[in-house]
Amino acid sequence: MTLRVLAAMSGGVDSAVAAARAAEAGYDVTGVHLALSKNPKSYRTGARGCCTVEDSRDAQRAADVIGIPFYVWDMAEEFDRDVVQDFVSEYAAGRTPNPCLRCNEKIKFEAVLDRAIALGFDAVCTGHHVRKSDGRLRRSVDADKDQSYVLGVLDREQVSHAMFPLGDCTKDDVRAEAERRGLAVADKPDSHDICFIADGDTAGFLNERLGGEPGPIKDESGEVLGTHQGAHTYTVGQRKGLNLGGAPERRYVLSIEPVDNTVTVGPREALQVDEITAQRPVWSGSEPFTEPTACTVQLRAHGEVYSCTAVQRDGELVVRLDEPATGVAAGQAAVLYDGDTVLGSGTIAATARSGEPVPAT
Amino acid sequence: MVYLDHAATTAVRPEAIADMTEEFGRLGNASSLHGAGRRARRAVEEARESIAESLGCTPNEVVVTGGGTESDNLALKGLFWARNQADPARRRILVSAVEHHAVLDPVHWLAESQGAVCEEVPVDSHGRVSPADLRAAIARDPADVALVSIMWANNEVGTVQPVHELAAVAREYGVPFHTDAVQAVGSEPVDFAASGVSALTLTGHKVGGPVGVGALLLARGTDPVPVLHGGGQEREVRSGTLMTPLMRGFATALRLAAEEREDHVHQLARLRDGLVATVRERVPDAVLNGHPDRRLPGNAHLSFPGCEGDALLMLLDAHGIECSTGSACSAGVAQASHVMLAMGADTETARSSLRFSLGRGSTRADVDALGEAIGPAVERARAARRKRRAA
Repeated sequence: MTLRVLAAMSGGVDSAVAAARAAEAGYDVTGVHLALSKNPKSYRTGARGCCTVEDSRDAQRAADVIGIPFYVWDMAEEFDRDVVQDFVSEYAAGRTPNPCLRCNEKIKFEAVLDRAIALGFDAVCTGHHVRKSDGRLRRSVDADKDQSYVLGVLDREQVSHAMFPLGDCTKDDVRAEAERRGLAVADKPDSHDICFIADGDTAGFLNERLGGEPGPIKDESGEVLGTHQGAHTYTVGQRKGLNLGGAPERRYVLSIEPVDNTVTVGPREALQVDEITAQRPVWSGSEPFTEPTACTVQLRAHGEVYSCTAVQRDGELVVRLDEPATGVAAGQAAVLYDGDTVLGSGTIAATARSGEPVPAT
Repeated sequence: MVYLDHAATTAVRPEAIADMTEEFGRLGNASSLHGAGRRARRAVEEARESIAESLGCTPNEVVVTGGGTESDNLALKGLFWARNQADPARRRILVSAVEHHAVLDPVHWLAESQGAVCEEVPVDSHGRVSPADLRAAIARDPADVALVSIMWANNEVGTVQPVHELAAVAREYGVPFHTDAVQAVGSEPVDFAASGVSALTLTGHKVGGPVGVGALLLARGTDPVPVLHGGGQEREVRSGTLMTPLMRGFATALRLAAEEREDHVHQLARLRDGLVATVRERVPDAVLNGHPDRRLPGNAHLSFPGCEGDALLMLLDAHGIECSTGSACSAGVAQASHVMLAMGADTETARSSLRFSLGRGSTRADVDALGEAIGPAVERARAARRKRRAA
């Protein structure tokens, strides 16, 4: 029997071409646009995410051109709970979440996948730039567009039901193919911003929900150097926007303490860490490492890749970097790779330098 | 393909296509004074006379429009403006809670920006408005009522309103009464003069005519302020070049529908009852919504407890069975039906509903195909719903 594939279609060029490729490959493909906003009209102007009415129409038009059935699934409740509220509460706890990653984990490959499977589908197809071979995720051939990091949180079961038709080509290839296939979304600009923050003002979004209580900016000795307008809008490693006028040396955010509303800053060296503890480990491309094992790790989207030794211990992932890294923020994912293959991941909870713990953030 | 969505639109009658094809091949603007214009005008007026005869009104009571939505807008906005200009105290618009959005949205717009006050007359659990409730609503202050608009038959659940009685109540108080009869024409015995209504909306494509043409019937003395100004066609109520081919197709479809109505209704109702019985055989807890017998003969609106209507629709579509959730969409997302909610249903029940609507060409084989598919589809949709609730 033909494999039944649900193609998640955002209205963008990638997911349109992915759906077209799946259909051309002979799968029984149904297009679904995910309505993620409770009030799509409010995002009608200015948004470049995946929640607008226009995006939904673009997706529908692409599905019609491809010749597949198309429906809109209302996932607003799940999205609000598992992505938006999670985003806010993570910041409130002083961590730096990645909502795209959470959306892949909880919406596309959990809520949508579960519903799809229950309704008789075999797989969910998306336009992510990532390859899948032998059931394991591999980086896209287009290094700039590679999205394996934001999919590194998927577990083996989720990956087994995923279909990624675009991993073997570049974004330019995708655009050219869309043009060739007569998909009007060929020239649509890439989306970069967080889709549920229409105007791109993340600090404003957070202040509105968490309140922007001013508080002290201190150095490591506890001396107050300035005032911030809400600790939750800062990210570990951040330098800009501190407004510590007159400070002779460059200072970086070292940690954020939401409880006493304090931002601690210090010199770049103080940011360097080489031990990372990550929670909720998942292993999509390997058996869990029961012994320290050499591999590489990526610590944020489009971030550097570090050589490391990783082990799973007491339900946590412990990663020791060969060379220190800077600006490692709690809440981001630590994704382990073997070459270009994803092994597994965990959510960064604490960092340390040479065995000495720095304040967990 | 099993088409069970005739309430959305239905096939154009071949006779209408033939008339339109002939007319599209002819030249002439019905407003022109020369020979070509005279010929077109004759076609237009003959179509108008035919439309009038099919609906029990006089030809000059027929205002041709672009369809149901336009007719509703003209009736609601135009009559509100006219009545309010004559006496600024007239601000209240009484509508049933189960109107189509083509009525509700203009009324809400009038309330938001034109000083109108929208008042919804409640319905019972079958979706019926009681004449006593309408009387009570008007009697509270008859002087401030601008107009009443209550649909002849509901597009979602198929309930037919006691239009004659309702219109009589409004008439007693001298208040104009508009009815959206888009779904009723062709199924119900719509006789404009006998009904006592002041304004009536209908459209071509629900009765086997073309899409893009409809009419607002306006009784003598019911004069809305125009919405479209321009060349002064249609007694200056609705400007715009007369659509000669569409009017001919519309007139032909209406004539055939009126001639065949009794047999057609009989046959549809029998088929519909068979559909409901078949579905209930497979899904014993399916619930038929709307009035048990005062309902459109082609309408079967059913709730499937534990299912999400959109999932069920998708599963049936995959089997070539085409139906509708019946309710309006917002950005493609089916909203919980305001009709079901007004009838007292909870959101969960409202979302679990599908509308199957039969029409010309529907057969027992269509019903049997639905019977084959509905059981497994409901089972699947229920599993998906359970999964979602557990998450």
